[in-house]
Amino acid sequence: MNAVESVTGSSSDGSPYVRIENVTKRFGEFVAVDNVSLDIERKEFFALLGASGCGKSTLLRMLAGLEKPTEGRILIDGQDMTNVPPYERPVNMMFQSYALFPHMSVEDNIAFGLKQDRMPVAEINKRVEEMLELVQLGQFGKRKPHQLSGGQRQRVALARSLAKHPKLLLLDEPLAALDKKLREQTQFELMNIQDETGITFIVVTHDQEEAMVLSTRIAVMNQGVIQQIGSPNEVYEYPSSRYVADFLGSVNLFEGEVASINQGIEIRLPQADLHLVANNRDNVTIGQNVAVAIRPEKISVSIDKPNELTNQCQGKVDEIAYQGSLSVYQVKLADGRMVKVSSPNQVRTAKRTIDWDDSVWLSWDTDACVVLID
Amino acid sequence: MNKGISWFNICMLLFGFVFLYAPIVILIIFSFNSGKLVSVWSGFSTHWYGALFHNEQILEAAWISLKIGAINATIATILGTLVAFALNRFGRFRGRTLFTGMATAPLVMPDVITGLATLLLFVGIGMARGMATITIAHITFSLAFVAVIVRARISALDMSLEEAAMDLGARPVKTFILIVVPLLAPALVSGWLLAFTLSLDDLVIASFVAGPGATTLPMVVFSKVRLGVSPEINALGTIIVLLVTFCIVIATLIFQRQERQKILDDQMARRG
Amino acid sequence: MKSMPFRITGRTLAVAAPYVWLLIFFLAPFAIVLKLSFAEPLIAQPPYSAVFEWAGGLLPNFTGSLDNYQFLLTDDLYINAYLNSIKIAMVSTILCLLIGYPMAYGIARAPGAWRNALLMLVILPFWTSFLIRVYAWIGILKNNGILNNVLLGLGIIDEPLQLLHNNFSVYIGIVYSYLPFMILPLYANLARMDDSLLESAADLGCRPWQAFTRVTLPLSIPGIIAGSMLVFIPVVGEFVIPELLGGPDTLMIGKVLWNEFFQNRDWPVASSVAIAMLVLLVIPIVIFQHFQNKDSESNP
Ligand SMILES: Nc1ncnc2c1ncn2[C@@H]1O[C@H](COP(=O)(O)OP(=O)(O)OP(=O)(O)O)[C@@H](O)[C@H]1O
Ligand SMILES: [Mg+2]
Repeated sequence: MNAVESVTGSSSDGSPYVRIENVTKRFGEFVAVDNVSLDIERKEFFALLGASGCGKSTLLRMLAGLEKPTEGRILIDGQDMTNVPPYERPVNMMFQSYALFPHMSVEDNIAFGLKQDRMPVAEINKRVEEMLELVQLGQFGKRKPHQLSGGQRQRVALARSLAKHPKLLLLDEPLAALDKKLREQTQFELMNIQDETGITFIVVTHDQEEAMVLSTRIAVMNQGVIQQIGSPNEVYEYPSSRYVADFLGSVNLFEGEVASINQGIEIRLPQADLHLVANNRDNVTIGQNVAVAIRPEKISVSIDKPNELTNQCQGKVDEIAYQGSLSVYQVKLADGRMVKVSSPNQVRTAKRTIDWDDSVWLSWDTDACVVLID
Repeated sequence: MNKGISWFNICMLLFGFVFLYAPIVILIIFSFNSGKLVSVWSGFSTHWYGALFHNEQILEAAWISLKIGAINATIATILGTLVAFALNRFGRFRGRTLFTGMATAPLVMPDVITGLATLLLFVGIGMARGMATITIAHITFSLAFVAVIVRARISALDMSLEEAAMDLGARPVKTFILIVVPLLAPALVSGWLLAFTLSLDDLVIASFVAGPGATTLPMVVFSKVRLGVSPEINALGTIIVLLVTFCIVIATLIFQRQERQKILDDQMARRG
Repeated sequence: MKSMPFRITGRTLAVAAPYVWLLIFFLAPFAIVLKLSFAEPLIAQPPYSAVFEWAGGLLPNFTGSLDNYQFLLTDDLYINAYLNSIKIAMVSTILCLLIGYPMAYGIARAPGAWRNALLMLVILPFWTSFLIRVYAWIGILKNNGILNNVLLGLGIIDEPLQLLHNNFSVYIGIVYSYLPFMILPLYANLARMDDSLLESAADLGCRPWQAFTRVTLPLSIPGIIAGSMLVFIPVVGEFVIPELLGGPDTLMIGKVLWNEFFQNRDWPVASSVAIAMLVLLVIPIVIFQHFQNKDSESNP
């Protein structure tokens, strides 16, 4: 499964930092996590991405020791942690609800974990101050959690989970409660903090953009099973399954049959006078039913017939959605099929050249077609 | 919000509260009556309060009742909290159904049954009757009431707070002391107070399991009341009512001040 | 329930302490009551005969008898007390419901600032002495009591009414003492009810009265049952109120048990009365537990 060692931070002794081995978690009959195996390297920023209820939190909670795997093992830094209680693991977690202790001040919240380790008071104070600096909450130490805004609370939760200098930090939807602007800003802060501290981060999210921005690698989960693991670029550009292609961003999916394999793979779509040509890949045979995924931004749209690209077809503009930085066109092909195309708005759109009901040409490179065989 | 409230509702509320409070008000008024009758006014006097404070029997019984009440409340709060945790946080365990039954039945079990049954146990195991037996009997039913109050609070408690504490290295017992107990404090305090008043109020069970030298306040009051009305009892009732009202008003004021402080804090936070 | 990583020992200890306490001081006593109900009274210390006799075998011989139960069945006193207790408890429960429901409804619908104050007014008497509050009614209901004096003064009656020491005063005392137990669970239930339910009922064309009978009332049934059980069960065994406010003809089973025990010193008969009462109350108690625990576990 471990497709891209190249992107991961290299580990000193070669063995992965976190190893999840055939872990299954059942709640009664219900299988929340299904035979997951996963290696995470030191200093990685790893994202678990998936739809609601797919088992991300459960997997994370097993790493924290808050749930026990029904089957399988979890190793951290070479040590078997499967049966170690949460309070003895070198792991800290930032909770989705932040879980700040409401009866303690910000300082006491941050110091809580350090006090459990019986750190000398002077050192605790120093560490708390450092942490407050790190999350830019210097003058808020004496406040209670309910006296803070949502974003400030989120940063206290982060500071608290970082205070013990854990080897591994687990973040369960850390930014879900923030508005878009604050979320983007905090994403960069998170990345900076990870850079500065060198801690391994595992973040759970159902926001694919956030996963792409933050992480070095992404695991896409569906119904307790890991569908694909890879760098953001890889999972986006080379999805291994329909589910992943569809889950990450928007995509045009064409079902068809492999007609020939020469310089590229030629795919014929039934009931349509349309042939798609994709780059060669393994495991494809003539006559096989496959799906072709094409990202909307990979397709260019023009009034005049383009000449150089292999894949082209004609259609009529059905819908234009103006989204600020780009426009999304719904183009209706001759057979009634809808194709989604997005193109950046490089010039002011006062004089848009393409309009509703215009007849347009769509074209794309063979490289834009991803052949999915599952 | 008050769309649904009709004249009928308002009348019923008025009627209900008059019904609930008229006897108490009359009790208080006639505690200041100079005559011995509690239904004919014959002038203002605090005579009966003086008599009350010179009544050795009542004072001694009150002292015994307070001691029993305090010990009962403390132990019942501890046991009731454990019951609440066992039922709301420990999931399934063997004998849970029986446990639930034993922890809820005392809420409604008629006192005469509980009293008789507990007495027979003490006789059976040869335990000398006295303050200890009364306290044990009181704890047994008080803990069920404490459990109800604590359970309500526990189910409103965010479980991830406990998980966060453990994640930060606190062992379960420490998590309980540092996180759970402070957050449950309001429920623990009301549980303690409820157990205390339940014990202070109990006549029937105490009568069954009491022995010589352990006569509680309700037992003395009962023996006096059975012989007819007595203005001293009015005075005693007035003191209890005023004490309770005073405590509740204080508690409410403190609570309101905290709420106000919270609102001010929040405003400050929004500005800062 | 999430599986908490508590160490088995700590968890077990936390359950065991109250468990053992309740087994010894709540459950075991009932077994003894049951055993004793088969014994015969003796003038001795303790005043009853043995039920099991050790004859050297593996199991003791049962030497008890059903005489006590036979006695309960043949003597009118017990059957009448039994039936009368049920009647009084049922009537009082209905009275509490009729008064308590509109009050709980009114409190639940009252404007926010009022709601807590009204609720406090319901709870407050509960914290003051029950015995003394019952006693207060004696001064009101006596022949030369306040109520009679007022009625005489106003010329509504010519001679004092017999208000005390009959069933009327017992009902007054019971409703008065147990009303808060009815109001509180009803209020808890009604307050939780979503306003938008009534609004959508009105939107769908229900008149207020229809909305009440079709939406509010059915949804408040758990509260009604909890409150009714909280009144009915203890009232069946009530002793203080019939003793202080009732008359010689107010037969209630709790009072009978008390007299058997304290006056006749007949512990075995008292035990069999207790068992007979328990048999009657088992079903209501189970119903009560069902609703009580469902409520405590499924809190939001
Ligand atoms: N303690 C539990 N008992 C029973 N089922 C559970 C328990 N915890 C989680 N589940 C189930 O396991 C599945 C996965 O839950 P999980 O919390 O891991 O989802 P998630 O991927 O984090 O979703 P979300 O994005 O909504 O947080 C869900 O269907 C959930 O209902
Ligand atoms: Mg989750």
